[in-house]
Amino acid sequence: MKAWLPVLGVSALLLVTSLALGLPGSPPSQQPQKKDPSIYWELAKAPEKARLRVNPLAQDPGAVAAGQLLFQRHCSECHGETADGKKGPSLRAEEVQNATPGAIFWILTNGVVRRGMPVWSRLPEPQRWQLIAYIKSLGSKPASGKPYPAASEK
Amino acid sequence: MLILRCALAALCFCATLLWPIQLARGQESPYIVAYDHYLEEPGSLDVEYFSTFATQRAGNDFHAFWTELEYGVTAWWTTEFYLDGQTTFDQSTIFTGLRWENRVRPLKHEHFINPILYFEYEKKSGADKILKEVEGHDVESDFLTPNALARQEHIHEVELKLILSSTLKGWNFTQNTIAAKNLSNNPWEFGYALGASRPLALKASGTRCNFCRENLFAGVEMYGGLGDRYHFGLKDTSHYLAPVLSWNLSSGWTVRVSQGFGLNDNSHKFLTRWGVSREFSGFGELVSRTFRRQP
Repeated sequence: MKAWLPVLGVSALLLVTSLALGLPGSPPSQQPQKKDPSIYWELAKAPEKARLRVNPLAQDPGAVAAGQLLFQRHCSECHGETADGKKGPSLRAEEVQNATPGAIFWILTNGVVRRGMPVWSRLPEPQRWQLIAYIKSLGSKPASGKPYPAASEK
Repeated sequence: MLILRCALAALCFCATLLWPIQLARGQESPYIVAYDHYLEEPGSLDVEYFSTFATQRAGNDFHAFWTELEYGVTAWWTTEFYLDGQTTFDQSTIFTGLRWENRVRPLKHEHFINPILYFEYEKKSGADKILKEVEGHDVESDFLTPNALARQEHIHEVELKLILSSTLKGWNFTQNTIAAKNLSNNPWEFGYALGASRPLALKASGTRCNFCRENLFAGVEMYGGLGDRYHFGLKDTSHYLAPVLSWNLSSGWTVRVSQGFGLNDNSHKFLTRWGVSREFSGFGELVSRTFRRQP
């Protein structure tokens, strides 16, 4: 019977948590959060060779629609349904919208692991480019106001 | 008592699946034994169930099963809790143990080869048959001991893995080196797992669909033992080759199937595995909000 105790403990904990989460008045936060603008400086860390890469699917008529679905599937949990930011920063900030597709691709591939963004190289390259086509299609919506420094300034 | 335990486990498992957390639609690899270098997204909880049906020569076939709760603590650390059980036909169904594993990504950026460090503690009985990894001189005849006897053996084991994984042009290649130590004064045992997989399409389609090729991953994994500290090598070891397939449904479920084939006389002839998983994003955030004091 003793061996069963940890199972009961974990199960009880899960059950209590699930019940608590079901209580009314605790909807998940949908409000965009103010973010430290230094998060955008990660874009400047992209090597020049990576930054200069162009999106091979930029002219693909289906890339934005596919990228939108990929965004909803993989990114909206952190960046918000409208990419205005949630746990993660807004992707409609000027820093992102003004960044080259190559720099965004580099961030997607490498993540910002120490600051909570996982690597997304598990998505095949064409899907990462489709995501970038969608992000770029969103247009700018100033959020932080502080531009990120160019790599040469760092 | 057994029925009660099974019912309780099923109830708790259903509760975890039904709780009102936002579902995430992950991109899960098809591997069942091998690990690649991708960790769980931070704050997400993946609830997984797996079954293994194995043929047993000179004994009763068995069905082993386990539940995994996989949580992304940070973008560089994933922790997992396992509960194992098995049914040996014409014998009994028993709970066989628990495992706690951790995977840590030491490097900040993506490289051609990406290392992951793995540490696991296992508290299980001698009747554990999930074959989540094969190590040392694990052979088919080890599984002949009746449940009533095997469950009396208590095993505390630590397991270390070095996971080296690479993704190139949609293909993932991974190699896991295993070192395991039974803490009851047994020698270090070694094993390996290799894997290769790829989605059936690299570009995503612009419509939501279940049967789009990019939602299907196919691959193969191979795993086996490499002896122990005193008898390192392939002698008296078992090895398996298993085609694997995973299907990421748009509803948030992932289904994996694998048909393993024993490669020598020490191996089970067939290992048929399948599993389902569902990812709940924002689990950590919701738990912390639940227990946070209201202003």
